[in-house]
Parts: sequence; C-alpha cells; structure tokens
Amino acid sequence: MSPFADLPPVNAGVPLLEAVGLSKSFGPVQVLKDISLGVNAGEVHAIIGENGAGKSTLMKLLSGHLQPTHGELHIGGETVALTGPVDAERRGIVLVHQEILLAPDLTVAQNVYLGRELHKPGLVGGIVVDDRAMNAGARQAVRDLGADIDPDVVVGRLSIAQRQLIQIARVLLVPHRVVIFDEPTASLTPVETDALLKVITDIRAKGVGVFYISHRLPEVKEIADKVTVLRDGRLVASHPASELEPVDMARLMVGRDVAKLYPDRQAETGRETVLEVEDFSVPGYAQNASFKLRKGEILGFAGLVGAGRTELMEGIVGLRPGRGALRIGGKPAQFANVDASLKAGIAYLSEDRKGKGLLLTEDLRINLTLASLDRFQRGIQIDSARERAALDKAIAEFDIRASRKDMLAGQLSGGNQQKLLLAKMMMTDPGIIIIDEPTRGIDIGTKEQIYKFIAELSAQGRSIIVVSSEMQELIGICDRIVVMRGGRLVGEVAGEHMNENEIVVLATGVKSGEAA
Amino acid sequence: MTDLAATNQKVRKSWKDIDLRAVAPFVALALLLVLGAFANPNFLGIDNLLNVITRSAFIAIIAIGATFVIASGGLDLSVGSMVAFVASLMILFMNSGLIADSALMLFAAMGVAVLVGLACGLANGLVTTVGRIEPFIATLGTMGIYRGLTTWLSQGGAITVKSPEIQTLYRPAYFGAVLGVPVPIIVIAAVALIGAFILHRTRYGRHVLAVGSNEDVARYSGIPVDRVRTVTYIIQGLCVAVACLLYVPRLGSTSATTGLMWELQAITAVVVGGTALRGGVGRIWGTVCGAFILEIVGNIMLLSNFVSEYLIGAIQGAIIIIAMLVQRSLVRK
Repeated sequence: MSPFADLPPVNAGVPLLEAVGLSKSFGPVQVLKDISLGVNAGEVHAIIGENGAGKSTLMKLLSGHLQPTHGELHIGGETVALTGPVDAERRGIVLVHQEILLAPDLTVAQNVYLGRELHKPGLVGGIVVDDRAMNAGARQAVRDLGADIDPDVVVGRLSIAQRQLIQIARVLLVPHRVVIFDEPTASLTPVETDALLKVITDIRAKGVGVFYISHRLPEVKEIADKVTVLRDGRLVASHPASELEPVDMARLMVGRDVAKLYPDRQAETGRETVLEVEDFSVPGYAQNASFKLRKGEILGFAGLVGAGRTELMEGIVGLRPGRGALRIGGKPAQFANVDASLKAGIAYLSEDRKGKGLLLTEDLRINLTLASLDRFQRGIQIDSARERAALDKAIAEFDIRASRKDMLAGQLSGGNQQKLLLAKMMMTDPGIIIIDEPTRGIDIGTKEQIYKFIAELSAQGRSIIVVSSEMQELIGICDRIVVMRGGRLVGEVAGEHMNENEIVVLATGVKSGEAA
Repeated sequence: MTDLAATNQKVRKSWKDIDLRAVAPFVALALLLVLGAFANPNFLGIDNLLNVITRSAFIAIIAIGATFVIASGGLDLSVGSMVAFVASLMILFMNSGLIADSALMLFAAMGVAVLVGLACGLANGLVTTVGRIEPFIATLGTMGIYRGLTTWLSQGGAITVKSPEIQTLYRPAYFGAVLGVPVPIIVIAAVALIGAFILHRTRYGRHVLAVGSNEDVARYSGIPVDRVRTVTYIIQGLCVAVACLLYVPRLGSTSATTGLMWELQAITAVVVGGTALRGGVGRIWGTVCGAFILEIVGNIMLLSNFVSEYLIGAIQGAIIIIAMLVQRSLVRK
C-alpha cells in the first residue's frame, strides 16, 4: 500500500518539498542564512554538517516545528506556511526526532499508536481501544524495520536502540510523503543501522522523499542520492552523492582538510597494573569479568548494544550492585557509590550525558564543579571566585565553545556538552577514566578534539577505558580492545588483530561472512 | 558562535538578564502593599505591618524548611501535624514537673521540642529514602500518625501549659520585642539568613539543588543522594520545632486541630516564592515573601469590606494558581 494513499495529491514533476531562501534568527543570532534545497519523490537527500551548523534547525523549519524568519516552503510546487508539526503531518511531512520521545511506562504498541489509537468497531466499540489490532499493527511495523520486539513490552525496559526503532515505527504509521530523519543511527549498532538503511531504501522505492541527517559519512555515501553540506548556517555545497567520497564530505563540513581523525600515539604503556578486575559480576548484566588496566593505557570495550559493557562499568564504580574482586594499584577495593570510586581516583563519564552527566538547566560553572565541590570550599562556604577561575581554565583547556559563561549546559551543542562533562570529571583529578560512548552524536571536528584529549590524558600517565559502539574509533585510539557479548568478556584484540572483522566475529559470535 | 576562550570578552549583565521569576514575588508583594493602602488607610501603618509580619512567622519559618525539601524534589505534607505533635509534647514535658526550676524547665522543654522536631524530620526522611516510598505518600502517612498521636495525647481536648510561672517567663518569646522589632520577625530573619546561606553558599545547598534538578546526574557525580534528601527533611523538622518555640508562648495551649492545613499554606508560600515544585530551584527569600503575601491578603480582606473574610481560603487557593500561571509566562529564555 502506498504510504501516501490517504493524502491529497500533489503536482508531479516538481519537488515534493522545497525550501526557497530560508533564513532563521533567534533574537540577534542568525542560525540559518538563505538556504534553498528540495527533495524529489523517491530521493534520499542527506544533510550533513558539524554540530551547530544549523541542520536540526533546518529540519525543524521543514517539519513545521519552527517558522522561518525569511523565505518560504513549497509543497508540490505550492507555497505553504506550516503552522506547526500537526499541520506538516497533515500534509504528509513527518520528522523522526533525534531525541527519544516515548512514554516509558506504556507498552510498545501503546506508544506506536499514542494519540491515534485504534478502536473496536461498532457503536459501543467506538470508545473501546482495540488492543489486539494495535498489537498486531505494532508488531508488523517493528518487523518492517527488521527487528522483533514484543508489542506488549513496556518501553522503559528496551535499550536506547530499540526505543529508536519504536520511534521510527511510530512515525512511519502516519501517511507520509516526505520523511525527515534527524540522526537516526546515532545510537544504533552496525546491524541495526543496516536494517534501518534497508527501511529507508524501501520507503524510497515507494516514491517517498527522504531528508537524512547523519554524522556517519560512509552511511551517507551508501544511502544518499544527493548530499548537501551546511556550515555555520550556510549551504556550502550540494552534490549528487556519487560525486562525493566520505573524505570530501568531511572536508566540506569542516572547511579544511581532515587529514587524520585519530591522534598519533607512541604506546608508552607501563607494565604497572593500576586496575585489576577479577571475576566481577553485575547480576543480570555481566558475568565473571576479569581484565587488567595498565598505567597510561587506553583500553577499549567493544560489543553490541546490550552486551553489558555500560552495566559492567557502572558496577565497577558503585552505581550498580556488583560482586567480585577489584584491585586499585594492587590494593583490594569495593565501591558502594560514586563518591567512593571518585575518592579512589576512578571517574566514570556516562553515555547519557544529558540524562546522567550534566544538569541541563544549570549553568556551566555549577556543572563543572559538581563532582569536586570539596576542592572549592573556603571554610563551609563555596568559593565562587575559584569556581569561575576553574571555569575559565576549563573553557580554554577543553575548548568549550560557549557564547556566554552564564549560559545553561542544555544550551551547549552536544560536542561542547561532552567537553564540559570531560572537564567536570577531570576536576576530580582521576588516575583512571572510564568514558562511555565518548563521541555519540558529535560532529567530526569535535570528535577529533575528544580523541586528542583522550590521548593527552593517557600521555599524562592516566589510564583510560573507552566503551564504544563505533569500532573505527576504538581501533583508532585504543592500545587494546576487549570484546563483550551477552554479558561476558569473549576476547581481546591488540596490535595487528585490531580490525573490524575480528571484533565483529567476537561481538556477534559468528564468522564475519555470516554476520548481518 | 563566539569563542570565549579566545576573545575573553566581558559579557555585561543587562536588565534583560534578570530572572523575572525570581523578582515576580517581590513585585506582587509591592502591588499588594499599594492595593492595601487604597483599601484602608490604616493598612500601611507600621503597627499593622509589624503585626501582619509577626503573624506570618509560623508559616514563613516552616516554609523555609519546606523550600529545602521541595528544592531537592521532595514534599512534606506532615508539617502541620508535626507542629501539633511537637508543641503538644513540649507542653506535656513542661507540665511533667520533672525539673523544679521554671527557667531551667523552659530551656529543657525547648530542647525537647527541637529534638522531637529533628526526630520527626528524620523519620520522614528515612521513610522516603530508605523505605523508597514517594514523599507524597510517605508524609501523608506520617501526617496521619503525628496528628493521631496528638489527638491521643490530648484525649481529644486541649493540652495547656499549667505553670503560670513558665507562661509568664515564656510570653516575651512571642510578644516581646527587641529595639521595637517583635521577636518573631527577628526569628524569621535569622532562620531565612541561615537558610539562604546554606542553600546558596554551601556545598550541601548545591547538592540539594543538584538532586532536585536531576537525581541521576547527582548520583553519577558522587553526591550521596539519599543522605542529601534525608537531611532536607531533618531541616524541615528543625524549622517546625522553631515555629513551635514561637507558637507555644502565643497561646500556651494545643489541641488536635493545631496547625491544621498549615502544610498547604507552607507549600503555597514556597511555590508563590518562585521555588519549582519539581525541584532544582530554591528561593529562600522568595518563600519568606510568599508567606508575607498570604498573610497580607488575609489582612487586606479583614480591613476592607470588598470581600468576606470567610472567603480567605478560596483567595489563597486562587493565589497559588495565579502564581503558577504567572511563573509559566515568565520562563527565562
């Protein structure tokens, strides 16, 4: 069935959705300047750019969440002024949000049909929801995305990747002519990403137009028909995807050559073991994990989403109950909470920097010193002058791009939030740093910086554990990579064996040829 | 986007940077004063104003404690019952005759009130944190317990200070004045100063706001979330005890209806003062201002003939809704 059968017809031969001279200002700040682009039926149009380039703002203009300051939108050749997202949806333009917007206490099916519940037929049935039909519909919608999730399950129990898929399934149930994906793969594993790309290929084949935002350039190369690059709110290039290689895209995004993403490191790993984990279990998530971390080492943790990497790390630092032996510098240790592990010199940076890392509604200074307030005390008072000095230093040291020092953490871009989180945890002067998904949802220029910081920290003799779902990044910066699968440490790769193939084989438990 | 590190440009604060939500309660208070002056020429008299502020002391002091609880994301419905319970135990102790000397007895009784207040707060804190029960439910439970115990202690009647000597000795604690300023007003100022210092200047205060703002971030930052929460309830208990120290000399008596609905007035004062009910923001001076507003509205109604004073509960209820609507419209950009 055509996804837009229920929509009014539009003129053929013109772009389904076209922006002409679109500009957007917030107060005195102009975030988009004179953008013109469009998407045709059966076309995937990728929009790439660094964080802060204006991609998300552009998508919000196209989907009616924001109204342009100048310029206009054409749908099927006719000028329209979208009054809001509901108006856009009515015209067949739907947006898959970057953030997960689902009710965690409702089931998969209830979320998929939220606000457009199916009802049982008949007079009385008209007010009774038809759970059976919605469960069947939700199950099919999720299957279409290449996943198998029970529609009865409460969304709160799903992983972030699974929630992302539910969100996409929910949007695709609306009759649509143009679908806008805002970084849909940021939290997906390679297998899930492949499944999503296949879905996009399918909907393109049905004649739908797709706008696609992503930081993952190889994936853009694979899926897109046309690529438009935004930089500092301007459209700097628009080419058929066949004419651009990922390295060209990166150059256009950053505005200079990105010669090397990963820093050069002479692996000067000491022999000295700073952290030894033996037979450590986090009930329900990780079993009998044993590994050693040496001084100055960067140790990677690879695995699929749900392999138990995050939970293992949270168990080690005292955020979850764990059993087993920990030794810090040879001495047995056990942490009941993060306060204890911080005092022992271990800092953990959560993968969920918005939900668990930073207070989004507080300013930069409050966030920076939150984990290390005992260092900013004068008597029983907090010395805010010293806090401000520390903020100045952190802004310079970690290159945090803030338009003003008293802005809220939530107003920073994702990359700058990550830098702030790193600065915050470094205030505790840890010898061991565990970073979970250090570059998720971060643009390529900032990624490069984060890698540089990690390398510098290791050069200072600090030991670092990097948990990441991006294998390239682990291979690029780590000395050694441990692979987890189903809560167990299933292998370790180092030196010449550090390649995607070997890691995928370990992470999935199948030969690389069989891996999806 | 300018790079601060590079330009290091000094960003000047302008009037646009003032958080309107922090200022709103004081503007409302000023408007009320103007309104009061129109309603009755006696309203702005120094005697009347001192009188009104003195009467707001109980709610103001309790609400300062409630600011901590609410700013950390909690709620304490038991404060009204706690006032009755603490004050009753205090009077019963005075009447016990355990200490012969009246002055010593009075000091001991004040100590008892403080200890009982701390214990009641600790109980609330432990039930919510260790027991992992929603604060609304936990303190709904203790509200019933404290009220029930008071009814049982008083056997449904009143508990009255028996010794006239102690009563005479204690009277100035409410009715006295220092340099013309009534004691209760001095106590409000002292409690507010200490509260504002703790909330805005100390590590503990920062932790309270962090826990209320996002519990997960607080825990991942190494903040002992449960301890921070428990201590907010203990602070609340202490504030209730201080309010009792002023309440007992005023009437010298308690009953099962002492402090009835005070929890709602305290919460109203906190919210009108600009503290977010969801936590993360705490404004001690706003709370004090909120308590004044509640009392002044009542006073204006008494002095003027526009509205029946029997409608005071309805007016106070309307105030909380209007305050929320105003705050919503003043969201900082």
